[in-house]
Amino acid sequence: MSGCKDKEQDPRIEGIASTIRVVPNFPKPGIMFQDITTLLLDPKAFKNTVDLFVERYTGKDITVVAGIEARGFIFGPPIALAIGAKFVPLRKPRKLPGEVISEEYVLEYGTDCLQMHIGAVQPGDRALVVDDLIATGGTLCAAIKLLERAGAEVVECACVIELPELKGRERLNGKPLYILVESR
Amino acid sequence: MPSPLSIIFQAPSSPRLPSFFLPVFSPPPPNPVLRPRFVSLKAMASEDGKDHRLARISSSIRVIPDFPKPGIMFQDITTLLLDHKAFRDTIDIFVERYREKNISIVAGIEARGFIFGPPIALAIGAKFVPMRKPKKLPGEVISEEYALEYGTDKMEMHVGAVQPGDRALVIDDLIATGGTLCAAVRLIERAGAEVVECACVIELPELKGRERLGDRPVFVLVKG
Repeated sequence: MSGCKDKEQDPRIEGIASTIRVVPNFPKPGIMFQDITTLLLDPKAFKNTVDLFVERYTGKDITVVAGIEARGFIFGPPIALAIGAKFVPLRKPRKLPGEVISEEYVLEYGTDCLQMHIGAVQPGDRALVVDDLIATGGTLCAAIKLLERAGAEVVECACVIELPELKGRERLNGKPLYILVESR
Repeated sequence: MPSPLSIIFQAPSSPRLPSFFLPVFSPPPPNPVLRPRFVSLKAMASEDGKDHRLARISSSIRVIPDFPKPGIMFQDITTLLLDHKAFRDTIDIFVERYREKNISIVAGIEARGFIFGPPIALAIGAKFVPMRKPKKLPGEVISEEYALEYGTDKMEMHVGAVQPGDRALVIDDLIATGGTLCAAVRLIERAGAEVVECACVIELPELKGRERLGDRPVFVLVKG
């Protein structure tokens, strides 16, 4: 686990990276799962994580923070609250009670679907997409499409962790990605 | 269209006040002619200044009929999350209540408890512990089964997240029958910690969730 080396690293990042626990063979053999629950047990690390995003996006006229269910719900709202934006949950099918738009995306085997409430986002909105981690970029890509279909501009995707070998960055329709730590 | 929600006024350090049932009113303030009726109410509420915040919070919640099935009036908090002031105020009211209470853990119930719990945890300097459906948490877990209308479900918590001596809040968007809250409370108590209070944005009192939680305190902002 390392902080990003392609820019001057903020001193808080190393502390954040060290709180992330790697759980081998979850959810299946061969996968090294990046567990952020241990980050959440360290109030200073969690605060630093949110602060890094808030410092980046304050003053950028972001009107929407979209968080991907479920771990995006942990990081998105504190950012939204701090920068004065709406929080929009992007959810698995049949969870949102009102009228929705849906975007299908590819899994390793089969497909899944991400949904957003109609009316949550309007043309002219400037949006961030937040999740704990970017792997293949499939869910983030679906999230970007939902927001753009509603007429919003996706300014950036923001994740705590990137798995660079899975090349998720290339799947974001050219949208920029900002991350705190990468795991090789 | 929102249905009328009654609003609970609770001063933080006084015993429970009787609940007052008010029609929902959204900003701007109500007709001045009506004001005299609200004078005594405002005097109590204005001690903690909560009255204006609760009205806006309550009116920002959307009710969706027949979801997830016919007959259920679903309390949709996603519209509250679109109102930055209402969301901010919701968190502030909880933070004001808990900041001086030495809370070391905020446990949030998947998934809408993940939206309200972390901002509270961050503001009061507590650990955030996600309480999840089965097979989501990657590490070693303890599980608690609970009853649904038909069948059962399970809630899980990571081993080691909570220790004896921890003082915990349990957060969810809504308390209905109290089943999930009860499971969360049991998990925390099995880990040796004390549940100080359960806190929800909304209560559906007819479903008697409070009774299911026994004598454990429950704090809510609005009743449906």
